[in-house]
Amino acid sequence: MEGFPILTAIIFLPVLGIALVMALPKERHAAIRWTALAVALLDLALGAALVALFKTGAMNFIERFDWIASAGISYHLGLDGISMPLFVLALLLSVVAVVASWSITERVRSYFALLLLLEVGMLGVFAALDFVLFYVFWELVLIPMFFLIGIWGSARREYAAIKFFIYTLLGSVLMLVGIISLYFAAGIGSFDILKLQGVVLAREVQIVIFAAFFLGFAVKVPIFPFHTWLPDAHVEAPTAGSVLLAGVLLKMGGYGFIRIALPILPKAFHYYRPAIAGLAIVSIIYGAALALAQKDLKKLIAYSSVSHMGYVMLGIAAAATASLNGAVLQMVSHGLITGMLFLLVGYIYERTHTRQIAELGGLSTAVPKLAGLFGFAALASLGLPGMSGFVAEFLVVLGSYKAYIWLSILAASAVVLTAGYLLWTVQRVNFESLPAKFKGLPDASLREIASVAPLATATLAIGLYPLPLLAAINPAVGGIMKMVGG
Amino acid sequence: MTYAWLIPALPAASFIILLFLGKRFGKWSHFVSVGAILSAFAISSFILYQVIGGRGSEVLIPWLSIGELDLNVGILIDRLTAVMLMVVTSVASLVQIYSVGYMKEDRRYHWYFACLSLFTAAMLMLVLSANYVQMYASWELVGLCSYLLIGFWFEKKAAADAAKKAFVTTRIGDVGFLLGLVVLYYAVGNLDVGSVLAARLAPAVATAASLLLFLGAMGKSAQFPLHVWLPDAMEGPTPVSALIHAATMVAAGVYLVARSYPIFAASGVAMDVVAGIGAVTALMAATIALVQRDIKRILAYSTISQLGLMMIGLGVGAYSAAVFHLTTHAFFKALLFLGAGSVIHSAHTQDIFEMGGLAKKMKGTAFTFAVGGLALAGFPGLSGFWSKEGILTAAFVKGAYPVFAAALLTSLLTAFYVGRLYFVVFTGSMRKNMQAKVHESPLAMVAPLAVLAFPAGLVGLIGSPLFGNAFQGFLRLGESGEHVNLMVMGLSIAVALAGLGFAWIKYSTGLLPSGLIKTSNPFFLLLKNKYYLDEIYTRGLVAPVVGGSRALFSFDSGVVDGAVNGTAWLTSKAGDLVRRAQRGQIQDYGLVMVLGIIVLIFWMLTFARL
Repeated sequence: MEGFPILTAIIFLPVLGIALVMALPKERHAAIRWTALAVALLDLALGAALVALFKTGAMNFIERFDWIASAGISYHLGLDGISMPLFVLALLLSVVAVVASWSITERVRSYFALLLLLEVGMLGVFAALDFVLFYVFWELVLIPMFFLIGIWGSARREYAAIKFFIYTLLGSVLMLVGIISLYFAAGIGSFDILKLQGVVLAREVQIVIFAAFFLGFAVKVPIFPFHTWLPDAHVEAPTAGSVLLAGVLLKMGGYGFIRIALPILPKAFHYYRPAIAGLAIVSIIYGAALALAQKDLKKLIAYSSVSHMGYVMLGIAAAATASLNGAVLQMVSHGLITGMLFLLVGYIYERTHTRQIAELGGLSTAVPKLAGLFGFAALASLGLPGMSGFVAEFLVVLGSYKAYIWLSILAASAVVLTAGYLLWTVQRVNFESLPAKFKGLPDASLREIASVAPLATATLAIGLYPLPLLAAINPAVGGIMKMVGG
Repeated sequence: MTYAWLIPALPAASFIILLFLGKRFGKWSHFVSVGAILSAFAISSFILYQVIGGRGSEVLIPWLSIGELDLNVGILIDRLTAVMLMVVTSVASLVQIYSVGYMKEDRRYHWYFACLSLFTAAMLMLVLSANYVQMYASWELVGLCSYLLIGFWFEKKAAADAAKKAFVTTRIGDVGFLLGLVVLYYAVGNLDVGSVLAARLAPAVATAASLLLFLGAMGKSAQFPLHVWLPDAMEGPTPVSALIHAATMVAAGVYLVARSYPIFAASGVAMDVVAGIGAVTALMAATIALVQRDIKRILAYSTISQLGLMMIGLGVGAYSAAVFHLTTHAFFKALLFLGAGSVIHSAHTQDIFEMGGLAKKMKGTAFTFAVGGLALAGFPGLSGFWSKEGILTAAFVKGAYPVFAAALLTSLLTAFYVGRLYFVVFTGSMRKNMQAKVHESPLAMVAPLAVLAFPAGLVGLIGSPLFGNAFQGFLRLGESGEHVNLMVMGLSIAVALAGLGFAWIKYSTGLLPSGLIKTSNPFFLLLKNKYYLDEIYTRGLVAPVVGGSRALFSFDSGVVDGAVNGTAWLTSKAGDLVRRAQRGQIQDYGLVMVLGIIVLIFWMLTFARL
């Protein structure tokens, strides 16, 4: 294996998939789907090999050579304990997204090509260690997602797609401004992220550059008050789009903070910390409160994402070992759990043709397996111990207690609200009487169960025994902690 | 005792088997479940035998390790664990056997036994936990099972409502539990039960930690003001009420305080709060039980009241007496619930005033119910008498007279409502519409009643002076030995007999006129409406939160998103102004974007002095 560019192979394997898919006649839907699935699965299998080869406490699978040497731009890839779990999450959710898209019948070839292109972008973001490369992948994610929402979305898809595109593009352009400023401010003539982590910039410079990065990442997470694109994008996106949007794309923001903003701009981070912590707790409570008010299932999950991603931001702001581990774990966990929720809402919609909570009910009677999985995902989302969300949120609460005792208490108390809106939703969707028109609906198919099962299994595995995953995350978090300082 | 992990593992395996293969097992599902719990009972008995022989054990394995924070999971076996294992496995076994008859017709039979298995596994894990995080996890899992089983007949709105209410209300307490763990972690450095209890905590830390833990206990053990979920939980199948909402899970709060007793004992404030909340709860619930008509709700309020009594015991320092009362209560209250189930199974109503004279046709049920009722009422010589005695004596000896008075008054009221319940249901004449349908329940239900009647009536003897207070001696934790206080005992006997006697005169003899208390009496209405707490919570808490969230949503759509769309609109208008010829939206956005970048770069260069 030594010397084999395995990361490049994994990141760009979907490009081969795109070529294969595009080579097929466009009406051969089954062949297109199976090709896409085969490619995504093969990529995931390579990802499993990565897990087996991964060494904790170091940057793994490094590939580095000059790209545009005159400008200090290099092709630099690598994975550590922070990016590795997110990289594998993207691989897994890509497979799940393909499986969830079996029911797509419109422009199937373009659809799966775009899905695979999205995978390239997502994988690249987490593996890139050069700012230019990072930015290219970051923007690459935007385009297929824009088309997935805009073409395969529901009624207000164009509004949502454009809003998503403009809003997040604005964010990433600000990030670009940050990158360019950083390049000039550092004056080492390099876009290498790891090298730039070693440069100490003046505090005032850091504070200005941090603002640009902050806005870029905050939109992506999203942190209150930059979140309003998310509910619209989710409601209109096709199921697979929602899964990847919530499951992977939101994590790019949190990842950006941990990989870039904290270690490169630590002084600015300390300057902004209270503000970030404050916005994080507002996101937690505000997102949960708004979830309680929702009538549309997808909007409800979108607002719950704002709330759950708030824990990531609180963990980052607190910058303690436990809270940062919790933040990374929460990103993985939220990807798995929200992925499940969006899949299941999609499957419910395909049967009932509604996402309005008030029109549903009694699904446990009609479709017990589907309803049972939905209940499971809701319980995972409300942080039930034994599942990944609990471990992550506990670490965040515990870790942030020292730095922000009151915010930590508020974050712990918010779980009451979370339990409230999720169980109320479960009651209105699964329990009480079944509307007559839903009698005889088919229960979850094998394909549908197969798409949820890996996520459910991972949620349980991490929740029951978090030791191995945290053993990978913790040393990398330790490295970040050293650079952030006290 | 390395095999102790099998105790929770067997029911857990039963859950997994029934979850995936339950449909195939169908009407035979109970074999898996009952087999698992009986095996767990056998192992628990052996463990008790070994613990009596002086052996305990603690096994720990790492579960989460990130340098500064290391959490273990494991199994802790001491005397308290051994007692709790016996209580849980024996009651769970009998309840599961009883359920074979009670749930026979249900179409989700296998799911019922799957849930019961999961509950038993989690409850056993809870009492075996060697680490507080593990205990918290089990604590939440029993809450989940409670949720699933209260809402077992989820087609009914009342059941679905009750399930949600139970989970959310107890979660309020659980926030306290979790924060208590955070406080303990920073004080002790880890959360292993052994280390935490051995640590010397500063008084302020002990007070904070114990009060936070107690918040969790208040939710789980239905203490005022978090008790409101338990009466509604009676929507679940009656055997579930017996096992989870009377004998075991609701006692978990008492167990938590007992397990963490050294932390509580280090704080006088915390002990007073525990005793005070216990006293308020005991008295409040007993008064409500006086006027309820639903047989299960009467028993539910009685459970709340008795849990309050256990808290009084812990709060006044009578650790072993409180655990003793937990034990006796588990048996006699489970018996009463199973008896109530037998009655409901036959009479098809839960309103005691629609029943009457049932003893004639249901001799076995009536007799065992009487045993359980007398034990609860504190009839001299039966279980409840001995265990209540220890609590009353401790409160009296400590000089906590208000608490003592509350406990004594609670005992009087308890005897009265037990008498009322028994006489109204089982004596007198039977209603015409009942005569045809009332019958004794099947053997699978009556046999567990008969078996349970023995411990319900007699288990208290182990802790009586007749046997040298052996139970308390086994558990004793820094308490002085039991002193029989003849005055307290006399008072206790007097109130038990007075309460039962008055109920007999009122409900069985017909000597008193029936309209003695008018239903328009404000005090009667206050009790009938449970002090209006549900209304207060609904209007004062739930409605504002839901209303507030809707208002916040309007704010989000109008103001936060309005600003975003407003910016877009302004941008578009600006674009119109600048280039009227091309009004495509994308271009407009793009234009402003580029302008924005230029402004930003300019701003950066100026302020950052690059």
